[in-house]
Amino acid sequence: MTTPPQTPSSQMKGLSILRVVATLAIPFILLFGLYVQFHGDYGPGGGFQAGAIFAAGFILYALVFGLGAARRIVPQRTVEAGLALGVLIFAGTGVASMLFGGNFLDYNALDSHDPVHGQHLGILIIEFGVGVTVASVMLAIFYAFAGRKRVEDPMAEPLLDGDGNVENEEPGP
Amino acid sequence: MTFDETQWLTVVLLALLAATAVIIVRRRGLWEAVMLSGIYSFLGASWMMLLDAPDVAFTEAAVGAGISTVLMLGTLALTSREEKPPKRPPWVPLAVVTATGAALIWGTFDMPHIGDPNAPAQVYPDPSYIERSAEDIDVPNVVTAVLSSYRGYDTLGETVVVFTAGLVVLVLLRGRREEYES
Repeated sequence: MTTPPQTPSSQMKGLSILRVVATLAIPFILLFGLYVQFHGDYGPGGGFQAGAIFAAGFILYALVFGLGAARRIVPQRTVEAGLALGVLIFAGTGVASMLFGGNFLDYNALDSHDPVHGQHLGILIIEFGVGVTVASVMLAIFYAFAGRKRVEDPMAEPLLDGDGNVENEEPGP
Repeated sequence: MTFDETQWLTVVLLALLAATAVIIVRRRGLWEAVMLSGIYSFLGASWMMLLDAPDVAFTEAAVGAGISTVLMLGTLALTSREEKPPKRPPWVPLAVVTATGAALIWGTFDMPHIGDPNAPAQVYPDPSYIERSAEDIDVPNVVTAVLSSYRGYDTLGETVVVFTAGLVVLVLLRGRREEYES
């Protein structure tokens, strides 16, 4: 491995403001993502929007604190599992409604006593599946792009490593 | 023809959108072009809010202004920051773009006015979806009711499309994973 480029100290000064602002903003971005996810039946939004907002929060974290730090919080394996897990949750809800005696994706069957409650349950679960898949895909694409730079051209100007030492902090083999 | 406040805001936003597009085309520096395309998406999201489409505005703001900008910056880091000067004068592309734009504007003359109760979107396929959804599903956001329940198959298909896109990007770009994970 080649030595990663050192960030000039002039960039470090600007980054301390970025770090503070990002630290303050990210919890609210994630909270807003959760709100859009689980409030989609009552207000605007739903799984797709929530997934995109949630992924944007983690991407902001990666931009400010470095790709390595983001990978430690949401590892590549988790992202890859999430891709498939969301679709499985969605399709699995359809299979579950068949097991309960309805048609595929007929949420009425999910609650034999109260079909409307079954609908609510079904919508909540499949929207969660959509959110998981969308957030994972966004993060997977970002990881793929950001990780590629390091392989192709390690001496290029650092765009994504916040403190310039991120590559060094990666655990060794 | 008199405009109310919302219509004035629409005119201003559309003018800003057009101005941003023209500036993007005239830029040679790709970094500036990416930043301006983020502004373009943000203006687009604002316009969607004026059209009472907050779901679309959310998506445009998060994906268009946020994630796409980051991905394009990541691409710039891999390639170059300057667009190469064109070798030939751009008459043919200009003619194609002008003709396409004229055809699109001509097409809008056939479109119903905003809020027209007789517009196809209001009467087709079946307005009773809106009346029935309160009793069938009892979810206040009819868009969610239609997307998740009445058209659950479509949404499952869309989710599979998103999943496939992510999978393909992983397969194409992550070929040398061992080099940065070892």
